[in-house]
Amino acid sequence: MTLREVAVGGAVKIVRINGAGPVKRRIMDMGLTKGTEITVRKIAPLGDPIELTVRGYELSIRKDEAAAIEVE
Amino acid sequence: MANIKIALAGNPNCGKTTLFNDLTGSAQYVGNWPGVTVEKKDGRLKGDDDVIVQDLPGIYSLSPYSLEEVVARNYLVNEKPDAILNIIDGSNLERNLYLTTQLLELGLPMVVAVNMIDIVRKNGDKIDLEKLSFSLGCPVVEISALNGEGTSAAAALAIEESKKGMKGERPHVFTGSVEHALAHIEESLHGKVEKASSRWAAIKVFERDQKAIETLNVPADIIAHVEDHIKDCEKEMEDDAESIITTQRYAYIQNIVAKTFKRSPRRTSTTLSDKIDKIVTNRILALPIFILSLCAMWWLAVAEGGPGTVLTDWANDEFLGDGWHLPFTTHACKVDGKYKGMEFEDAKGEFAKAEATVKAWEAGEKKASVEDEETGEMSEEWDIDEAKYKAAKEYEEPDPSAFGVWVPGIGALIGGAMEKMGVSETVASLVKDGAWGGVATVLGFVPVICVVFLFLAFLEDCGYMARVAFIMDRLFRKFGVSGKSFLPMIVGKGCGVPAVMAARTIESERDRRMTIILATFIPCGAKTVIIAMFAAIFFREMWYVAPLMDIIGIAIIVFGGIALKKSRAFAGEAAPFVMELPAYHMPTLGGILRHTWNRVKGYMLKAGMIIFPACVFLWFIMHFDWTFNLLSEEEIERSMLHDMGTWIAWFFAPLGFGTWQGAAASVSAEIAKEQATATLGLVASGMDGASTAAHVSSLFASMSSFPKLAAMSFMLFNLFVPPCMVAIAVTFREMGSKAWGWFALAFQLFVGYALAMSVYQIGVFVAGGGFGLWTAIAILVDVWCLWMIFRPAKKAE
Repeated sequence: MTLREVAVGGAVKIVRINGAGPVKRRIMDMGLTKGTEITVRKIAPLGDPIELTVRGYELSIRKDEAAAIEVE
Repeated sequence: MANIKIALAGNPNCGKTTLFNDLTGSAQYVGNWPGVTVEKKDGRLKGDDDVIVQDLPGIYSLSPYSLEEVVARNYLVNEKPDAILNIIDGSNLERNLYLTTQLLELGLPMVVAVNMIDIVRKNGDKIDLEKLSFSLGCPVVEISALNGEGTSAAAALAIEESKKGMKGERPHVFTGSVEHALAHIEESLHGKVEKASSRWAAIKVFERDQKAIETLNVPADIIAHVEDHIKDCEKEMEDDAESIITTQRYAYIQNIVAKTFKRSPRRTSTTLSDKIDKIVTNRILALPIFILSLCAMWWLAVAEGGPGTVLTDWANDEFLGDGWHLPFTTHACKVDGKYKGMEFEDAKGEFAKAEATVKAWEAGEKKASVEDEETGEMSEEWDIDEAKYKAAKEYEEPDPSAFGVWVPGIGALIGGAMEKMGVSETVASLVKDGAWGGVATVLGFVPVICVVFLFLAFLEDCGYMARVAFIMDRLFRKFGVSGKSFLPMIVGKGCGVPAVMAARTIESERDRRMTIILATFIPCGAKTVIIAMFAAIFFREMWYVAPLMDIIGIAIIVFGGIALKKSRAFAGEAAPFVMELPAYHMPTLGGILRHTWNRVKGYMLKAGMIIFPACVFLWFIMHFDWTFNLLSEEEIERSMLHDMGTWIAWFFAPLGFGTWQGAAASVSAEIAKEQATATLGLVASGMDGASTAAHVSSLFASMSSFPKLAAMSFMLFNLFVPPCMVAIAVTFREMGSKAWGWFALAFQLFVGYALAMSVYQIGVFVAGGGFGLWTAIAILVDVWCLWMIFRPAKKAE
């Protein structure tokens, strides 16, 4: 399952992050690393991006980026 | 001892600039969203001139992706401050410590300051500073930059550390096999890089960070030699080197946080932040709330009868003009005579009627009427005869001090002083129309820009800004830029210069350029003055004109963006939107007032430093001919300004204000946008009417048979062509190349011109002014624009 498919309110754990380059690095710098627990807080009014709670703060990423994050 | 340099480093929005202001006593800009500071700034420590404090842009990591990260990293790595004061947000330890572990590797003396300790305490959380200090291998202190708690102690400790120099062991963050590989790399780098930063260099080589390897000048054979070690690690961990480093860093931090941070049993009820957030990012309400708040701001600033207008009228006509009665002291006239028992306004009306009667009778007419100062409309006529004339002759101007406590206006004071000194009419005109007139026009709008800046300060302090980017991302992505591009545009509401700079937070170079080109289309504080003037003179009954200008600005950004994105140079996917959404907090009144005051002060200084000399200069070239003969008011047509304006007036003819006055005002607006209003006041001073508003109104009536359309076109042109000189200069600098700078300029000029021309030409046609050559051209230009917006996209280069 990827993070993109997680419904609002869902709490999941990161299994792996696909992709490479700056975007992946940025996502990981912000604290989304293997084994991190995250909650999907909400979806923006126009359907994208989404808001996550990660390591005690709020982070926003797009659904495209969320699709590269495998969770369980 | 030479200067000691202390660099403030930390995550965005962790309070670096607040601390910087506290330590140096300066008033740098602070806001509640990530990316307020994009340049490094320095100041001297209060009480110790030998210490220079440097405020760096906030960064999450030392990876080299966005421009402000590169600024901070280059500074720390290449220029090496004497000590780093790393500020971390105590309410968000985990992510903040991530940068801390990277900073530690640079091998510089360092102190960690846990900021927002007041919030940590309020939440009932506990941080064990001693243990934290032990785990990080450097001193840790707690501060509250906002309240000034512990700040000078933190600075003192940083100075002490810088004198001691780098000592002791920094923590080993990574697991056995990675540390083994790093030790091996460090060994092979021996003698090639500085010893203090060899660990940093080793990690960069391990991560295969090309930029760092280039700067460090690591020989290719060493890279090839250590590659095997890196590959071994990657194989063992089943991950790439960069990810291994990041994952292990966070694992190490989680371990530290578990040992040092005690979270109080959380309250289960939702926080205020959550409640506000639910409403402002609500699926249905989000966009209407955004537009409503814009309209509310404009209503307060320029609506008929709103506080901004009332204050502006007072400032223009009374405080800076003739004078005013102290509130609550006004009363009916008590002095015997014609006005006894009357209110001041009625008395003035009586006097105006009497004056008109005298004037008309002496001109041999049988009827008289008076002109309304505000609207310029004539009242109903009344019959006059000899008896009425004689009675009218006896009226004297009502003395305002008979109606209450009278405070003379600044304009009246200057006039009176000059009369007393007996200066010549020329000097009086220079001072009254030139120097003072221009400055007064600009200063008169201080209440309007106060409202706009107050609103903006609230927006920036409360945490809504990042949410607007969150809401808008989807829309912005449609034309290929990230929602983050919206932040510079909101900054642009205050001033275009920081807006262009704020684009630095955007990671992709292509998106950054596009954001720079588009950001200044949002009417800035100075342009607000033009809007306020025109709304007051021409569009009093149309409250929606002012907010419409902002909405047109946003529309230009969206459609301009779509058109640009279809060209080869800008094609491609939008930059990723990975953004922290900071917690909301209720801004303090003091903080908001300070922000507003700083901006308003800047505006008033500009009136003195730029508008004033510009007005004096314009007055001179308006009152002298080419051989420097002084001209009377009737001979203005021979002046230099008249000639210069006439040479270029043809350019503005299709826009409906192709006269020398329209040209002079539009060109001088490039000095500073509010100069347009000052110049209009100056060049219109020869027109009919009693007040500046009436002058300008008759000026536009003389330009076009559709004065409202010409005024609208003038306003659109001046709002949406390239910004003022300063902003243009910054655009060139930030674009990094002349070609890009010229492109931005040409694009902005085209948009402003096409918009003004379309509105005027098509407006005239609709209003029954006939179909001419320019109507056809305007329609063709519009069709071409539509084609540029809706044509199929080109592929990226």
